[in-house]
Amino acid sequence: MRARVQVFLKPGVLDVQGKAIEGALHGLGFPGVDHVRVGKTIEFDLAGSDAAAAEDEVKAMCERLLANTVIESYRVEVA
Amino acid sequence: MKAAVIVFPGSNCDRDCAVGVERATGAKVEMVWHAEPELPGGLDLIVLPGGFSYGDYLRCGAMAAQSPVMKAVVAAANDGVPTLGICNGFQILCEAHLLPGALLRNEKLKYICKPVDLEIVNGNTRFTAAFGERRTARMTIGNGEGNFFAEAETLDRLEGEGQVVFRYANENPNGSARNIAGIINEAGNVLGMMPHPDRAFEAELGSIDGAVLFRSVLG
Amino acid sequence: MTSPAKSMAELAREYGLKAEEYAVILQRLNREPNAVELGVFSVMWSEHCSYKSSRKHLAKFPTTGPRVICGPGENAGVVDIGDGQACIFKMESHNHPSYIEPYQGAATGVGGIMRDVFTMGARPIALLNALRFGDPSHPKTRRLVEGVVAGIGGYGNCVGVPTVGGETNFHRGYDGNILVNAMCVGIADADKIFYSAAPAAGLPVVYFGSKTGRDGIHGATMASAEFDEDSDEKRPTVQVGDPFAEKLLIEATLELMKTGAVAAIQDMGAAGLTSSSVEMAGKGSVGIELDLDMVPQREEGMTAYEMMLSESQERMLAILKPGRERDGHAIFEKWGLDAAIIGWTTDTGHIVLKHKGQIVCDIPLSPLSEDAPLYDRPWTEPVKHPRLDPGQIPAPANWEAAVLKILSCPDVASKRWLWEQYDRHVMADTLEDSATGADAGIVRVHGSRKGLAVTSDCTPRYVQNDPYEGGKQAVAEAWRNLTAVGSDPIAITDNLNFGNPERPEIMGQIVRAIDGMALACRELDFPVVSGNVSLYNETNGAAIPPTPTVGAVGLLADYDDHMDFSNLRDGDMLILIGDNHGELGASLYLRELLGREDGAPPPVDLVAERRNGDFVRGLIHGKLITACHDLSDGGLVIAAAEMALASSIGVTLSASSGAHAHPFLFGEDQGRYLVATRDAARVLADAGAAGVHAIVAGEAGGEAFASKELFSIAMPALRAANEHWMPDYMAAKA
Repeated sequence: MRARVQVFLKPGVLDVQGKAIEGALHGLGFPGVDHVRVGKTIEFDLAGSDAAAAEDEVKAMCERLLANTVIESYRVEVA
Repeated sequence: MKAAVIVFPGSNCDRDCAVGVERATGAKVEMVWHAEPELPGGLDLIVLPGGFSYGDYLRCGAMAAQSPVMKAVVAAANDGVPTLGICNGFQILCEAHLLPGALLRNEKLKYICKPVDLEIVNGNTRFTAAFGERRTARMTIGNGEGNFFAEAETLDRLEGEGQVVFRYANENPNGSARNIAGIINEAGNVLGMMPHPDRAFEAELGSIDGAVLFRSVLG
Repeated sequence: MTSPAKSMAELAREYGLKAEEYAVILQRLNREPNAVELGVFSVMWSEHCSYKSSRKHLAKFPTTGPRVICGPGENAGVVDIGDGQACIFKMESHNHPSYIEPYQGAATGVGGIMRDVFTMGARPIALLNALRFGDPSHPKTRRLVEGVVAGIGGYGNCVGVPTVGGETNFHRGYDGNILVNAMCVGIADADKIFYSAAPAAGLPVVYFGSKTGRDGIHGATMASAEFDEDSDEKRPTVQVGDPFAEKLLIEATLELMKTGAVAAIQDMGAAGLTSSSVEMAGKGSVGIELDLDMVPQREEGMTAYEMMLSESQERMLAILKPGRERDGHAIFEKWGLDAAIIGWTTDTGHIVLKHKGQIVCDIPLSPLSEDAPLYDRPWTEPVKHPRLDPGQIPAPANWEAAVLKILSCPDVASKRWLWEQYDRHVMADTLEDSATGADAGIVRVHGSRKGLAVTSDCTPRYVQNDPYEGGKQAVAEAWRNLTAVGSDPIAITDNLNFGNPERPEIMGQIVRAIDGMALACRELDFPVVSGNVSLYNETNGAAIPPTPTVGAVGLLADYDDHMDFSNLRDGDMLILIGDNHGELGASLYLRELLGREDGAPPPVDLVAERRNGDFVRGLIHGKLITACHDLSDGGLVIAAAEMALASSIGVTLSASSGAHAHPFLFGEDQGRYLVATRDAARVLADAGAAGVHAIVAGEAGGEAFASKELFSIAMPALRAANEHWMPDYMAAKA
């Protein structure tokens, strides 16, 4: 199975990179851009075939290492 | 007096911390590799040094916080052993939940290295007692992710309980919430700070305020 | 990679080999090479690895001296700094990669130069960089500055070596071809230096560090080719650096050396596994056989050619002593590095490569080095600019504006924006750095009273107008900067950046600049111990200004004797040491105020240089002065203004409104220093006794930077002029 984890700063946390990118896009003539958020995607193969169990396992990885839940939220997909 | 400096892969201020503590206090300093499951006995101070543990990959301090030695560090800190995290060490303490909050990318997105003036907000901690009546200090910072963040209620609590130990005095170099440069845990034995006492322990380095801090905790 | 229809001769041309060079290969092998063998020849005979255009002239440099332990030819130069310690240093360019991909190009430049230094057994303790960008108004410049600076910081900061100095210039001559020259200085025990020559046959060859991928294939030949419109297509060949891996590699390498198992060692830099294996075996006059299947690989399906030419970063090749194969194992495991024994030294004198059970390369080593092309390229004497008569150069219409214009021009303006992105304090031994107001960076030799002073210097506009005098000046200025901080200058590394040597006028610049540098090195007892040559710095036929950068190291026996210029106090007298002829040729005054870049540069009188410098060093060690700054870009006015700014106190210069005030104030005569003292009479008397020209030039105090009758600028305005240009420019406001 392939796991895909997306990690973003929580809405209340100022995303300085997102802000900089938004400013740059405005400067390049894309005035409609708003609410830019920068996150990261982590993908990996996972042994086993039980999708529900795998999702629980990946969520445990997020809680322990892949995300810092003080500042970040995460989204897990297993396929 | 005996101190331990924890060395993670990518730590680069481990020697500076050892030398600073030794020269300032005469304490015996042991270097402890991150893979060790245990700490030496009888420690009066544990230092988590600055650097780029695990290359700052994933998040600063995230992987170091999962190192085998960190279980022992957390246990010792919970037992009351004075524990100091400097720069990357501060990030590791937050990731290990020994301190609240997190360190984000600097507001201007750049690594910044410069001397800063600090306000000693709480001079009654075991790390700051030796400053006496003095309420200012000068040290250098060197970080790309030193922008302290915590929820408003956490910040209120930190301020209300005297857990904010250092603030940037004149200019906030990285966008830290409420100009915070260093915080201490509720029990008063775990201090995390972005400025480097380990680069301020001799007059020719521009300041001896780091030596004062080391002597505070090991005096 | 190659279409079967392509002949070897065609492939040779594609790899950058000349027809006559290919003919030599055919003759030496007595057969046609295969593609792998051709690849090995092409990188070993590239300009970057063989120095084929410059070697004849590099031989003019003095490379020996009482302190020299190892001169050019190894990974870096080694000098004795007493007490059984050695200083190991080198400067190297990463120009082309930095233009194509500024962040990674600059980052891997820093990584590569550090490897050259720790490969020899030294712990790196200081970094510098010499950067030349195009005109600020060129559309690419800002992004290149942003990327290069971030790359240097991103790599050096992470590894944990302080960046303590450097220089940054802007000129339209670098619009299509920026220069990124990085220097690393390290310390080792003088009896524990590691070299690259394989000592014997039958020894295991161990590879360790990062895995090999398809990075930077043909980087060495790219570094030896001109740019053209298609350069953007070369992007995939740029390597990606991993400073975390480098930090682990440093620690593992130094630990491995401590075990005593290492017989020879070389980093894999330009031309990767090819140059490291060929050089180690060739220097040791043995053979080498590698089994490429054993090479740790990052990608699947790599060919022998790709593995041999890969420039993946953070990799080392070591030859171990007999029976010591296992020694490294625990160390590599501790630091999490890939490692494998990939071959053995042999007595065949050949390099033999095996891949998937086949021999894919079997060529004698000696032709690779001994028969490497050596060109005595035709050159023409550079056209000299006539000396300008100072009396014919108009005075400024507005003095305040003139001073502020030069102080805020891109070459003089504060570079705080960039050096604040470099960790200057890690290792806790930095005494002077870019921030402190000193002519050189200074780091303590850890655990001792000694200090090392480091600087990098070149004034390309002088070299452009007179390569010979400009070459002398680059060396002399480095010597002067080391002197101004109180150190004894001991040796240099050179980084020669020029255009296409196949053009006689460019070759003339190379020859004459080297002549001038060699003379200055001899006269100042300042040997060259390492260096790097970067040629073909051209885009569409336009060459860069000739830029022979000098990186230099000085020694302080006691770092308490070091000097800077941030210590001016109220009432200090400023004494100007050296002769004043008002040389305005090729000066900043001429360029910034009159828009002219002509004229002979200020000549360097090496006898006076030495006499004045030795005198100033004596003043420093005798504690007779409290501040010292050499005079360079912008002359007396700029030196005095920089001292005032660094000390946060006003200065009043004593020049009055004579007809020749501006040549005196802005002239760039060489061999001069501005020193501050409480005892002007003593300094003047000592100068007279030493045969050194010295005059009172001003006094510190007050809140303005001024000259009697000519100008007065409030200190905040002076500071704003110096500080604002770069941040404004980078924020696209200037």
